[in-house]
Amino acid sequence: MKDKLFKLLLFVASASVLLLTAGIIYALIGGASQAFGEYGFWGFITNSEWDPRSATEEYGALSFIVGTLFTAFFALLICLLFSLPVALFNGEYFKGTKISSFVGSIVGLLAGIPSIVYGLWGFYMLRPLTIELGINAQGFGIFTASIVLAIMIIPYASSLSSEFLSMVPNNLKEGAYSLGATRIEVIQHISLPVAGSGIVASYILALGRALGETMAVTMLIGNTNNIPKGLADTGNTMASIIANQFGESDGIKLSSLIAIGLLLFIITAIINLIAKLIVKHMSRA
Amino acid sequence: MKQNQATTVNYGAIGSGGGIRSLRDRSVDFGASDAFLSEKELKSMEAEVIHIATCMGGVVMAYKLSNVDSLRLNGDLIADIFMGKILRWNDARIAQENPNVNLPDLEITPVYRSDGSGTTFNFSEYLCSVNDDWNRDMGKGKALKWSAGIAAKGNPGVAGIVQQTEGAIGYIGSEYALTLKLPTAKLRNKAGNYVAATLETISSAANIDLPDDMRITLTNSADPNAYPISVLTWILVYKDQQYGNRTKKDAYDLVDLLSYMLTPEGQRVAAQINFAPLSTQALMKTKKLISEIHYGGKVLFPAKLDEVSLTTDSLTIN
Repeated sequence: MKDKLFKLLLFVASASVLLLTAGIIYALIGGASQAFGEYGFWGFITNSEWDPRSATEEYGALSFIVGTLFTAFFALLICLLFSLPVALFNGEYFKGTKISSFVGSIVGLLAGIPSIVYGLWGFYMLRPLTIELGINAQGFGIFTASIVLAIMIIPYASSLSSEFLSMVPNNLKEGAYSLGATRIEVIQHISLPVAGSGIVASYILALGRALGETMAVTMLIGNTNNIPKGLADTGNTMASIIANQFGESDGIKLSSLIAIGLLLFIITAIINLIAKLIVKHMSRA
Repeated sequence: MKQNQATTVNYGAIGSGGGIRSLRDRSVDFGASDAFLSEKELKSMEAEVIHIATCMGGVVMAYKLSNVDSLRLNGDLIADIFMGKILRWNDARIAQENPNVNLPDLEITPVYRSDGSGTTFNFSEYLCSVNDDWNRDMGKGKALKWSAGIAAKGNPGVAGIVQQTEGAIGYIGSEYALTLKLPTAKLRNKAGNYVAATLETISSAANIDLPDDMRITLTNSADPNAYPISVLTWILVYKDQQYGNRTKKDAYDLVDLLSYMLTPEGQRVAAQINFAPLSTQALMKTKKLISEIHYGGKVLFPAKLDEVSLTTDSLTIN
């Protein structure tokens, strides 16, 4: 009897989460239908116009899709340079030592900082540096936003990857050492390949976080509704245009913003799917 | 409001679009907007809606140039800066307006609002009225399609960037900029005078002939002392207050509140938070509009309406 009740409880809880997800997707599609009906699905995502003036009103998502992918992937690239060494430090070289748990918890602290604080830090500290480096005149743009994003996602990528690295079986590594392999060779040929799928998964998780980040990016990217032409250029992301323009919008503009929300959801889903495929492929190999 | 302790007013800052929608649905007693309703919008309402002017505001040009204490601009210069046609501070046209100022050889960073805003509407409305290119290429609206500069959310966002970025210039609501005491440019008004934005110069913009329904944009006012980007801000109510399940008491309380806003005390409270008081003419026209609000034909004339004085001279503005 107790067992049955527990089973029922689990079923109801899981079903309601599924229903909730379905409800959100339904609401997004319903809200976005006006924009997709007016401009067409492909028309909407391939148009870089964002003109809110009532006489010439026209909306397209391309600038924001490009801005989102540009910042997120550049942030991932920078993140890789720092989080992989941290992961190797904690999960391989100093595995299980006090220093590794110290470094691990400090890096973990980064994950606990609210994004508005990152935004402020970027605004007051990083932006003057960007100007100093001569990247552009005001310090806003893709470059500054990506750096802050990278710092924000480092803890996600590094803590999970070091976890996977430390799970690599010792006998595999000892076998390689006994054959005369150096430490670098062990990392290169044993640790990284064995932990590979887990490491990839952790980076995908970090990428997902970078895609949806709003506040810190809004404060630093410049919020210009154009396709960014390079790192020094300003732009806007999908999450940031929604946060900025939701307030005073109605009609087709509101629908276009909801459509961008739906697209962000789809992009995140696609990236998760790709991650799953990679993990599946790598664990088979 | 000491005299009105029995009545509680709940005001939701949801944006004027939301306020107008809610008034149309009759789910609120009043809406407020910095832009008056068009004929089309008025017709879409269920019954006659009137505009009660409450106070005045302006849009100021805040800038950050470390060695420049005083800056003069005109509408054409502002338009060209925000359209990306004037790119550097030492441009000959800016220098012409500022003969005794040492303008730096520095890139201009225009800063505009990333969110839809009445401030953007008033700013663009002014530029449309003074600059043909702006009128043709940019137009007016709560949000525009910009070609130069960077954007930030809200008055605080724009003010933050301007304060932190050498060479930046941004438009900000006067009530916000005056509170922060940001350096702002003097603008050339229609009469050719260079005027700084103060509560007095903003109020002066309404020292002109005003229409009986008070629906007028005061940007580029002809008054010689007027700050050129000055605007009225309105509360929108139904002229006939008998609708839904409203009681006569509800209607009276609303008219009482509107009257209070026009009394010297109400106007002083507004001035304390840097909204400019209404000019005498604006007060009188608005007083008449309030006296015409009725409840199914019955007059609602609160005693407070008599306190609305003929002159604002007694006001101390700081």
